[in-house]
Amino acid sequence: MFKSKIENRKFNRYLRAPGFGGRFKVFCSAFLILIFALSIAYAETVSSADLINNTKEFDTKTITYEGEVIGDIMIRGRNVWVNLNDGKNAIGVWLGKALAGDIAQSGNYKFKGDWFQVTGVFNRACLEHGGGLDIHAQTISKIKSGYAVDEGLNWRKINLAVILFFILLTLWILRQLKNK
Amino acid sequence: MILKPNIEDVKVIGYYLGKVIIGLGLTMVLPVMTALVFKEINPFLDYLIGLELTLGLGLLLVRACSTKKDARWMHGMIVVSLSWVVAMFLAAVPLYLGGHFKSYLDACFESMSGLATTGLTLVQDLDHMSYAHNLWRHLIMFIGGQGIVVIVLAIFIRGSAGAFRIYVGEARDEKVLPNVVNTGRFIWLVSFVYLILGTLALGITAALNGIPLVNSFFHGACVFMAAFDTGGFTPNSQNILYYHSLSFELVTIIIMLLGAINFKLHYHIWTGNRKEMWRNIETTVLFFAIMVTFLITALGLQQSNVYPGAMMLFRRGFYQLVSAQTGTGYSNIYAHQFIREWGNLAMAGIILAMAFGGSSCSTTGGIKMLRVGIIVKALIQDIKKIILPERAVVIQRYHHIYKMFLEDKQVRSAFLITLLYLLLYAAGTIIGMFYGYPFLESLFESTSAAANVGLSCGITSASMPVGLKITYIVQMWAGRLEFMSVFTLLGFFVALVKGK
Repeated sequence: MFKSKIENRKFNRYLRAPGFGGRFKVFCSAFLILIFALSIAYAETVSSADLINNTKEFDTKTITYEGEVIGDIMIRGRNVWVNLNDGKNAIGVWLGKALAGDIAQSGNYKFKGDWFQVTGVFNRACLEHGGGLDIHAQTISKIKSGYAVDEGLNWRKINLAVILFFILLTLWILRQLKNK
Repeated sequence: MILKPNIEDVKVIGYYLGKVIIGLGLTMVLPVMTALVFKEINPFLDYLIGLELTLGLGLLLVRACSTKKDARWMHGMIVVSLSWVVAMFLAAVPLYLGGHFKSYLDACFESMSGLATTGLTLVQDLDHMSYAHNLWRHLIMFIGGQGIVVIVLAIFIRGSAGAFRIYVGEARDEKVLPNVVNTGRFIWLVSFVYLILGTLALGITAALNGIPLVNSFFHGACVFMAAFDTGGFTPNSQNILYYHSLSFELVTIIIMLLGAINFKLHYHIWTGNRKEMWRNIETTVLFFAIMVTFLITALGLQQSNVYPGAMMLFRRGFYQLVSAQTGTGYSNIYAHQFIREWGNLAMAGIILAMAFGGSSCSTTGGIKMLRVGIIVKALIQDIKKIILPERAVVIQRYHHIYKMFLEDKQVRSAFLITLLYLLLYAAGTIIGMFYGYPFLESLFESTSAAANVGLSCGITSASMPVGLKITYIVQMWAGRLEFMSVFTLLGFFVALVKGK
């Protein structure tokens, strides 16, 4: 009680002090900067692991996610399903056909797919898609283009295959000789 | 007194084991051809090495252990249990060479998971895996589901009493046809007919969902092999979520249910006896089990308020449930969502479904519906005995292809195997808890491994402890073979050491 009275007096003095308007402006500016910083933080890329492990926290929020386009680009009417893999998991992204125009290469055994950044609404249990976890993209931008993966010949494997072939051939010949 | 096995015993085991290994080796021709078609150089070499190694080892064993002696019960059981271990090591060779596994143990985990039709996976970067490796992952499910030994019976071994003993060792004690070799051939005929129909159905569905034609049918074939054999692998990291398609999910549900039905029942349906479908104890119990476990799961999901609508709850909940009950392991949610969102009650429903399994003489794992049905009938019989006058003779009957009378030896056998499964589930759970995982998660993963399901709540990963990987491998092996051949193998080793 005593403490709160003192605090109350201090606060009243603070309000009546000259230059309060300036301090208020500084306070408001700081608050706005904080809000701005938070919005930037939310615009930062969220990983697939974070999204999957904290579905309720991110549900229906606008998030930014990035990953490699993998597998097939599935056209469904005016929209497209694309799966983006950030290295840990792949998440389905639902986007308009026009937005998908930039996708040139998807990842598979012979290719690294294009790397895209997607900003859109994250759904824990999407109402439009039967309760699935997905992202409905609003904007999409290519960060890195995909490329062909050089398979290269593995000479150790070739040598091993040749050695084993001759062993197998010897065994087969021995078997044939025994049968005769 | 324990008799020490003699050299003839070892020769018989080695001879049949060699034949099984040759059979496995020949199946590697398919990924070799796939690698050639898709011009995948290194996968081609991986499977060429695997093929040569497997055929070489098989030929060596057949030559070294050449014998005309027929297999006894002990030999049959040991051939089967050893075949599965050797097949795991050999099938893992090309997988490991492919570079998608952190260690050879991880590749062995994958091959045992495939052969035992479990579906738990430790693969890395699956989305960049070659067609050849992906085909092999699914093909070993197809081979393991029908039974490694069934292939060899159908191709290499002439009908004999020994052949039947080997057949029984692979957890199939029901002959569809009088001759065990014809039974093996029938199982493969059924599987190939369904393979063609299933691949067409899934391929067309995938194509209609926007997947290019070649990939549609490749995915169709892979997903069919894994769904019909209640395995659970897919050619991509998101499992069934990858397709974002209700129609694709519906087709896989039908295939999973077909895979969970007894091959003997398939035979009767094929030969026009469709009534058997509705009278058979296994299908009746399976229907009730799905209803009960889905009710528990749905109540749990409703309680946790996971899905905002009934249709969503049904689409996600029922899919997981059918996948669990049939032992497939396909999923249209992420593994971590089980723990983070589903809640204890819904998970309990899924665990129960996994533990029960599908039909006997099918590709499913777990306790199985015939045993559950027999135990329930035995319970009803005992209750009747208490209620009815003492002089009343209580006879309990059930319908399984024919009308059958419930006998004590059937009840004993059903209880024994059920008890062993429960012990196996418990052992894996305790080991999981020893490594620091919570009870429910450990129970979930352990049941999934031992009942050859493949659903994961997130424990199974390349970073899990080595001891746990080995535990799950043993669980998958023992669960698939339904214990007896595994115990016979252990007994054989004891006899080798202690026998006189």
